[in-house]
Amino acid sequence: MAQLVGIANEQASTPLSPSKSITLRISRFNPGHDESRKFMDFAVPYENWTTVLEAILEVKKHLDHSVAVRYSCRQATCGSCGMMINGRPRLACFTKISELDSDVVTVEPMNNFPIIRDLAVKFERLFETHQKIKPYIIREDTELESDEREFLQSPKEVEQYIQFANCIKCGLCNSACPTMATDSSFVGPQALAQAYRYVADSRDKGKDSRLKIIDDSHGIWRCHFAGSCSQVCPKGVDPAMGIQLLRGYLLGFKD
Amino acid sequence: MTRDENKEGIRGMANPGRYGIERVAYWLMRLSGLGLLAYFVAHIYETSNILRGKVGWDELLEMTQTMEGHILLTIVIAMCVFHTVNGIRVMLGHGGVGVGRPARPDYPYKSASQNYRHKIGIYSAILLAAVAMMYGLAVMFGE
Repeated sequence: MAQLVGIANEQASTPLSPSKSITLRISRFNPGHDESRKFMDFAVPYENWTTVLEAILEVKKHLDHSVAVRYSCRQATCGSCGMMINGRPRLACFTKISELDSDVVTVEPMNNFPIIRDLAVKFERLFETHQKIKPYIIREDTELESDEREFLQSPKEVEQYIQFANCIKCGLCNSACPTMATDSSFVGPQALAQAYRYVADSRDKGKDSRLKIIDDSHGIWRCHFAGSCSQVCPKGVDPAMGIQLLRGYLLGFKD
Repeated sequence: MTRDENKEGIRGMANPGRYGIERVAYWLMRLSGLGLLAYFVAHIYETSNILRGKVGWDELLEMTQTMEGHILLTIVIAMCVFHTVNGIRVMLGHGGVGVGRPARPDYPYKSASQNYRHKIGIYSAILLAAVAMMYGLAVMFGE
């Protein structure tokens, strides 16, 4: 009964003002049934603060509940709602319709990720490459047993990696990368930036093993510094910088 | 590459319009690299014609003295200059030179690696390629 009340309350919530509206073009594709993608158009009202995710949820709530979309936090923290919005990878919850400056907003699943259905894509490969670079501090001793009780770092040492620790694994960088567009085996900017995050951490002792993993024909050398990954990152991670600095270690410019 | 993978493919890789001048430079770099490789192969074929003696050599050289030959050589000059200058920029970037320093990011985020130094490098490469191309045109068609 409580659940029913909840649903009733949600349906009774204030609808979006119909003062302005856009056409939301949603890509529909079910790999199990469909031969090719098709687009469905929906007229959606919006305000200056309305995000693309809210517009999609408005469609799900009032017009077509079968649209498949993944989302969770609605505040650019979980990295779930990455999709192509007007041809560029963005987080739907972090993109306001008003900032797109277009009467038609086209949403498609992220490129370079296998499609589950409609806007939802598989993240297995991203998590696989992320795990591959050993995304954790490697050292033989532990701060739990050390006399100092914790591994102290100066603010300067923290600055070396903190930017890269902001990664939310949304996959936008992998979606924008031109190498990922053609090379299925490329480790990708997300994993490479995370490799730098741990290599640059003064507490970490696993530099050599990580560099060995990425020093591969489908590893760091396939990055051609197009910089698209950094342009689409919603958290200011700048994977392109991390990759070039990481390459500096392999080329002997850094210790 | 299966349809399930949803890869952008070569069309997506080559699309220079969505990610600024850096992606245009990436695309021009690849294109000029392939063009120069093709020219290199053709050049080996061209010079090997000297084995056919003076007559054979002169016959082949005549082909480069046509309007089409001049235009082709002009494009080769542009590709060569762009690939060299942009290549120096990319190599410096690959060594971590001019890509900025890691720092705590503040909203609105601006990626330090996409900075003005690299943009100047890209525009310089395009400008120098254009100047070299015009010089080449002046030399070849100005006779």
